[in-house]
Amino acid sequence: MPEWFLSRVGDAGLVVSSARQVMDPIVNARVLRMADEIRRGDGAGIRDVVESYCAVTVHFDPLGTDLDQLMSELGEVMAEEERVWESASEVPVASPRLVTVPVHYGGSHGPDLAVVAEQVGCTEADVIDLHASETYRVYMLGFLPGFAYMGSLSPRLDLPRLAKPRVEVPRGSVGIAGRQTGVYPMPAPGGWNLIGQTALRPFDLRREAPFLFRTGDAVRFEPVLGTLGTTG
Amino acid sequence: MGLLVIRPGLLTTVQDLGRWGHQHRGVPVSGAMDTTSHRLANCLVGNPASSATLEVTVTGVELVFDAPTVFAVAGADFELSLDDVPVAMNHRFAAGAKQTLRFGSRLAGARAYLAFAGGVDVPEVLGSRSTHVASGMGGLAGRALRAGDRLAVGVSPEQQLKRTQRTNGLTPLPSEGVRVRVLEGPDTDVFSEGEMARLCSTRYRVTPESNRMGYRLDGHRLARSNPDDPLSSGIPNGSVQVPTSGEPIVLLADRQTVGGYPRIATVISADLPVVGQLMVSHWIEFETCSYETARRALVALEQSLIA
Repeated sequence: MPEWFLSRVGDAGLVVSSARQVMDPIVNARVLRMADEIRRGDGAGIRDVVESYCAVTVHFDPLGTDLDQLMSELGEVMAEEERVWESASEVPVASPRLVTVPVHYGGSHGPDLAVVAEQVGCTEADVIDLHASETYRVYMLGFLPGFAYMGSLSPRLDLPRLAKPRVEVPRGSVGIAGRQTGVYPMPAPGGWNLIGQTALRPFDLRREAPFLFRTGDAVRFEPVLGTLGTTG
Repeated sequence: MGLLVIRPGLLTTVQDLGRWGHQHRGVPVSGAMDTTSHRLANCLVGNPASSATLEVTVTGVELVFDAPTVFAVAGADFELSLDDVPVAMNHRFAAGAKQTLRFGSRLAGARAYLAFAGGVDVPEVLGSRSTHVASGMGGLAGRALRAGDRLAVGVSPEQQLKRTQRTNGLTPLPSEGVRVRVLEGPDTDVFSEGEMARLCSTRYRVTPESNRMGYRLDGHRLARSNPDDPLSSGIPNGSVQVPTSGEPIVLLADRQTVGGYPRIATVISADLPVVGQLMVSHWIEFETCSYETARRALVALEQSLIA
């Protein structure tokens, strides 16, 4: 079975997907490389290139696109990726940017920390340690502007989402769900277990670079003491 | 130039053709639900298709113009009046300063598009004026209009108009429901055998939990042969996704950029505008078609717009 295949999704989408449906840093790095390659291309008619765990979705204008040409361009990107992959003695993975996120864990900033500790059978300090000792990869952005899906969370903290999602999760809340962690960029409904909060804003239009996280980034969480200032 | 909102209606937002190019940062596309009527209204006042209009949902607005303004309304059929004199849908009108445009009874359809020559002038956010209420982005302060809001109107392009009125709109306005065409997949194989056929032989109902993000449908619950959800990936407009309950959701303009529920089918681009005109409790039926049919339908729609 080939590693990558190209398929249509509706009359305005194409998707390059991996035969393996996995959350894997290497597969995701290859996805990102192909997405970047597609963005660098001629791109006539392309409206959006969306990388995810193990797929790249290309949204195009169905009337303004030569579909045969776009499909052949995507085929070339896939073939080139295979060629690079097979010939490389070392996997060409771009060295990631490191983003450090200071987090106020527990208390009113992380209302689910105590429950999480209880559910996994350890102390709150252990949960903080497990969460903050890992370097995470941003696998994709979605859900909200600037919301980064990061993995992999320690298997010891692997918990389902809340049975009843919160109506409003505060901005900057740090949540965990399954093997993933993420930071809420704005107040929104949400079902992740909230263990802390950061003053960083994952999305801020007033900044020159509005988005804090990019796919492929390395992210570390750093425990900070005290409570968030009123400006947080 | 501008206008004052007297009555905001149920949900009136600034929309254009969507905020493309940022979905990989998690930014939803949004934009007009019925792009055909949005474009028609723009066309009637001499705007480019990308100018921002007001999308008026189910109940109408009332507003007062500050200065002489050319406007047109297309899409859902409303009784309209300018200073109590009836005016027609799909027709270009010139309002004078201090005149009041009032939407009365809604006769059919769900969403009307009110275009002003020069377009609604709100700041572009990431390349678009569309409002995405859930993330508070775009439009007027990222929200629906309220009474007392003031909106600016851009400078009208000086040009000869090809036509200033139409007898009828272009998007059909369903009285009870509509049959739409879908393309199979991408996750058809996750569902039990025969479920694609069941999707296409069931009359679904639009439930009250429906909005610009998507329509939740009530009807046959689709059974899966594979209980595992696929990993999240990008979702096109019109995706028919099926959560654990088995009841399908048609994802629309304000949908999230990625999703992890399997998708049994995708509504074709040419049939998305009419979906935007469905009301709660209307029925919707699906039928599969070929990619060639989808393309021809879209070409025909485009030709009707430029005719």
